[in-house]
Amino acid sequence: MNEDTTSLQTGDYAIEARGLVKVFGNERAVDGVDLTIRKGTVYGFLGPNGAGKTTTIRILATLLPADAGNAWIFGNDLKTDSAAIRKRISLTGQYASIDEDLTGMENLMLIARLMGYSRRQAKTRAQELLLAFGLGHAAKRQVKNYSGGMRRRIDIAASIVVTPDLLFLDEPTTGLDPRSRNQVWDIIRTLVRAGTTVLLTTQYLEEADQLADKIGVIQHGKIIAEGTSSELKASVGRGTLNVQLAHADDQQRAWSILENLLGAPIHLGADSTSLTAQADDSALVAKVLSEFARQHIELSDLSLGRPSLDEVFLKLTGQVSEQQQDSGRDIL
Amino acid sequence: MTVHQETRESTVATTGTDERLLQAVASDNRPHPPNAWSSTTAFATRALLRIKHVPEQMFDVTVFPIIFLLMFTYLFGGAIAGSTSDYLQFLLPGILVMTVAQITMYTGMDLNNDIRKGIFDRFRTLPIWLPSALIGSLLVDVIRYSLASVIMIGLGLLLGFRPEGGVVGVLLAIVLVLIFSFSLSWIWTTLGLIVRSEKTLMMISFMVLMPLTFISNVFVDPVTLPTWLQGFVNSNPISILATAVRGFMQGTGTWQHVASVLLVSAIMTGIFAPLTMYLYRNKK
Repeated sequence: MNEDTTSLQTGDYAIEARGLVKVFGNERAVDGVDLTIRKGTVYGFLGPNGAGKTTTIRILATLLPADAGNAWIFGNDLKTDSAAIRKRISLTGQYASIDEDLTGMENLMLIARLMGYSRRQAKTRAQELLLAFGLGHAAKRQVKNYSGGMRRRIDIAASIVVTPDLLFLDEPTTGLDPRSRNQVWDIIRTLVRAGTTVLLTTQYLEEADQLADKIGVIQHGKIIAEGTSSELKASVGRGTLNVQLAHADDQQRAWSILENLLGAPIHLGADSTSLTAQADDSALVAKVLSEFARQHIELSDLSLGRPSLDEVFLKLTGQVSEQQQDSGRDIL
Repeated sequence: MTVHQETRESTVATTGTDERLLQAVASDNRPHPPNAWSSTTAFATRALLRIKHVPEQMFDVTVFPIIFLLMFTYLFGGAIAGSTSDYLQFLLPGILVMTVAQITMYTGMDLNNDIRKGIFDRFRTLPIWLPSALIGSLLVDVIRYSLASVIMIGLGLLLGFRPEGGVVGVLLAIVLVLIFSFSLSWIWTTLGLIVRSEKTLMMISFMVLMPLTFISNVFVDPVTLPTWLQGFVNSNPISILATAVRGFMQGTGTWQHVASVLLVSAIMTGIFAPLTMYLYRNKK
């Protein structure tokens, strides 16, 4: 089949959206979003708070009518065929979309009944899901007594009582500890293996990097960049050189060497001994190092890396991302 | 460093369940969407489970009616009717109406809570007949209202209330109260969808219910009131219901009473049920 066909009839796409707009008062929360998401893939919406991620998801999940533009979910028109769409999608919202006063078992049984299971089938399915999600021990506990990670899992379990063809996950790991976050990631990967298409939003670059086949960076309601993680990284530049000086006195000399040889802007780290510059050519990097040696500038650390998504994000949005400080990728 | 270790541990911990997980999500069992009746009973079951887990929400239909009845009987009895037992014959039907009318607002508060918590969004993406979400919980509310009615009448009988309408009259009166309350609930669900917080809803319902229940014939016979106020009292829906309930409990109820209660209920449901559903579907 022709890869470039964008016709609505090919059936290759889970989502095709054209020019979606949503205005709240004076604010254009979603401002002309085009989107094509291939079946069976994970698409990550990356953007700061208030960028329009949640609004876009709510439009696509039939919860909010768009003011302009339209979308097709598995070829079904969002405007005219929301009932058909609801049979194939599921949404896990940003806030727990389950009844916290009920137990895990009761919650899953309620959703199963509402999906059309008989009372007995609903019970079997709920039990199966609780075990699969590692919540068997908490089946009879009220959800309000669950930990953050457990709550998130029961929430996702409720979304897949009938395995959806398309799952919307709004910030699935926000506020979770690393262990719970990894569990949620495993669940998402398993869902994709089973054939579900996933559209997730996240503020975390690492999450997009880990899970998404394709990433859309969204800001002020517009998709400002789109591509695979490597494509986005490549769009910023080939790499960066990071040197850590052993002596702060050498800073001036190191700076001028980098400036002369690389001809790129240099960023000074917080501790004034760490310098970072864009380095597109590894031959130049070798020259820099030999020049340092010649001038007896001692280094305590050195790294050469591809740009991280953090840098992509920073460059694209002009904003510092949540995880900027944590990103380290030493090669020495 | 610790972060890395935790990550590795969790991978090990979840590999055991991986196959089970895959099996659970790979299930392609796709039942037919439920019909209106099964989705309504599913929502009613949810409301019953909520009562089981949060029994304190039954205070409004148990303790509240008892306090109201005792308080008003002994506070006003002597002053208004000369004796508490005489006043009770007049007051009980009215105070029953007032109490049940006041507890209808909790329906709106529950809905308002659902919206703020996100479960509302999940319900709206399900392939179900949407009104069942509200009707299911309203039906359980009707059970709650019945309980409040039974408690009040039971206590009234202990205190010396003697309904001349007999069992049939009392039952008919309760049915009218339930129909009216079910219809009144739609006003609170509409408001529950409009207002931002529980507090606002409580304030509005208080502002509506307070004058509506007090400036009625619940406590006093309107003939003692100035004429301009009599007009309001007599057309007040609470008075219409209280008159009918009093009539059937005292054995003087007429079809006209029934008709006027049904008319008021039909008007409230006719306006506010569709409005609620419209807002429910199109809530931003």
